Amino acid sequence: MHLSDTASAIISIGFHGLAFAMVLYLISVGLSVTMGLMGFVNLAHGVFAMAGGYVLTTLMSRWGLPFLPALLAAAVAVSLASLPIERLLYRRLYGGEELDQVLLTMGLVFMSVAAATYVWGPLQQPLQPPPWLSGEVDFGVRSFPAYRSFLILCGAALVTALWLGIERTRFGARVRASVDNLRMAQSVGIDTSRLFMTTFALGSGLAGLGGGLGADLLAISPSYALQNLAYFLIVVAVGGLGSIRGPFVAALLIGIADTGFKYLLPEFGAFFIYALTLGVLLWRPRGLFGRA
Amino acid sequence: MRCGRFVVALIIVVSATCALLPRRAPAQTVVKIGLISSYSGFVAQAADQAQKGIDLYLKEHEKDLPQGVKVELVRRDDTSNPEVGKRLAQELITREHVQLLTGVILSPVAAAIAPLTAEAKVPLLISIAAGGSAIPRISPYVARVSFTLWQQGYPIGKWASEQGWKKAYTAVSDFIPGHDSEEAFTKGFRDGGGQIVGAVRMPPANPDFAPFVQRIRDAKPDVVFVWVPSVQATALVKAVRDLGLREADIQITSAQDLLPEEQLPAMGDTPLGLITSGNYSTVGERPGNANFLAAWKREYADGAIPNFLSVNAWDGMVAIFDLIKATKGKFTGDEAMAFFKNWKNPDSPRGPIMIDPETRDIVQNVYIRRLEQQNGKLANIEIATIPMVKDPWKEFNPPK
Repeated sequence: MHLSDTASAIISIGFHGLAFAMVLYLISVGLSVTMGLMGFVNLAHGVFAMAGGYVLTTLMSRWGLPFLPALLAAAVAVSLASLPIERLLYRRLYGGEELDQVLLTMGLVFMSVAAATYVWGPLQQPLQPPPWLSGEVDFGVRSFPAYRSFLILCGAALVTALWLGIERTRFGARVRASVDNLRMAQSVGIDTSRLFMTTFALGSGLAGLGGGLGADLLAISPSYALQNLAYFLIVVAVGGLGSIRGPFVAALLIGIADTGFKYLLPEFGAFFIYALTLGVLLWRPRGLFGRA
Repeated sequence: MRCGRFVVALIIVVSATCALLPRRAPAQTVVKIGLISSYSGFVAQAADQAQKGIDLYLKEHEKDLPQGVKVELVRRDDTSNPEVGKRLAQELITREHVQLLTGVILSPVAAAIAPLTAEAKVPLLISIAAGGSAIPRISPYVARVSFTLWQQGYPIGKWASEQGWKKAYTAVSDFIPGHDSEEAFTKGFRDGGGQIVGAVRMPPANPDFAPFVQRIRDAKPDVVFVWVPSVQATALVKAVRDLGLREADIQITSAQDLLPEEQLPAMGDTPLGLITSGNYSTVGERPGNANFLAAWKREYADGAIPNFLSVNAWDGMVAIFDLIKATKGKFTGDEAMAFFKNWKNPDSPRGPIMIDPETRDIVQNVYIRRLEQQNGKLANIEIATIPMVKDPWKEFNPPK
């Protein structure tokens, strides 16, 4: 192999690793809000992501809506739909036993598999990117697949927005205060019930957005929530609960390393992501950026 | 006195019933058939495609059954799990008293059921997929109308080497059907004089294939053979597209699982020219296929697209109906096997097919198909026919 070929292969692996990392981040970031900020073991996170994917693909293929409005609609629809679910189900278990939360959300996952099969059938839902996101974009030096480039851009934009929105605003301070000390937060006049509802809707909306954006790589099918559960949990656990930067760094680490190792040592490729998770958690049980 | 009258009444009722029963029986022969498929789990999509073929056949041809014979399909969901499949087969045989088992998508499920068929002398007609070559060797009561993985992998390996392609790379899913396909292609390609320059086995649960495809690109083979389960086909094809494998002048070959017809509409910007081997293509021009497609269109309109699984399952029903017609619905396990061993259908949607009496496995044409645009739609166009292929694995590995 020539030197230029080697360099080209490294760039290609770096780029695809980065794109995969962004998909991991986009679909997991919602969970870092509900599980990380609110402390709720929300294994049903994938259900909201899947719902976002279904809304997006249905709006595009059946109603002919363009990609961006459909994506926005998916995020908003999932966010709104999560409100009654939070009111009726999640709310009862805030601050409760973790096992109860696991049982409730796992039940929701199984119900979602059956419901999605009933409504959309067992087939994968194809995402047809719009023309401006198909094909390649020329970056001068070389060209890259347009959709994957777009994903990288979205990931970067989202992490900035969230970091500013949650670590730098009053809303974020309130959420963190309420999670750390619920009674104290209530006694200084924070409406925690409403605050949690908003936060939950935000997390679910982000899940819907991520499910829609990532649908090109992680195809939308009824067992989505179950199939990808390990990825969501790994990103949030490695990143550290309660942190906004954490999952981003974790997604980068896992996405790029996973792609790189599968390229270099394909025989052990699938194993690596778990070894890395194990290593990080042994070293820092609370994750890279977890609060003590 | 009272007691005596009751006994007399009882005798009359019983004897009357007995007298009536045998007269009613011939008009009410019910052939009970156990249908085992993976309606849930990771191949649920395949089960749906196959079920549409079965339902359609029943609807179209139930009227052709001999007078007074009815078919009752007892459906069971193996949940894509061999243990469950085995338990259900047991239940179908002992409790439902089915005369025949059919269906089956996954090779491990078929392998788990096969030993039971020998014990109970209830035949299993594998009719959807389950392409593990060795399965009919497990029990003399197993026959197959679907296909074998070697039947697809070996011919395309040989065909590829005949195109003047010298160096090949294989990339398959790291589980049994992947291994079978890899071995079959490798043997076929080497038998034709080609050389394998690299092989990679990819994890069965893998969201992004870019790293593996990049490896293939680096190796610069003339041709690559890939095999992944249908559910991953779209993801793999996307990586092939994104990394420009076709533009790098690398030919891509696979088995028909990569480009199942019902998924083609979702593969809009798939690189053209992907070559697959298979036993059925919707655009194959055969009278049997024209009739099949017409029936399909009547039933499902544009709501569904048939693929090879639908046709395999349809042909399975043809074989079962032929058996029922020949025996008027009364057959033992041995009689059914004797019938299947010599069963032929010159006019299947996939062309002429027959079951090889020695191996009880399907003999059929294998088509080399190239993905092209036809009338504005993607289609697997048949470019070469390898006639009446027997399972090559069994020929290379004669029974000891």
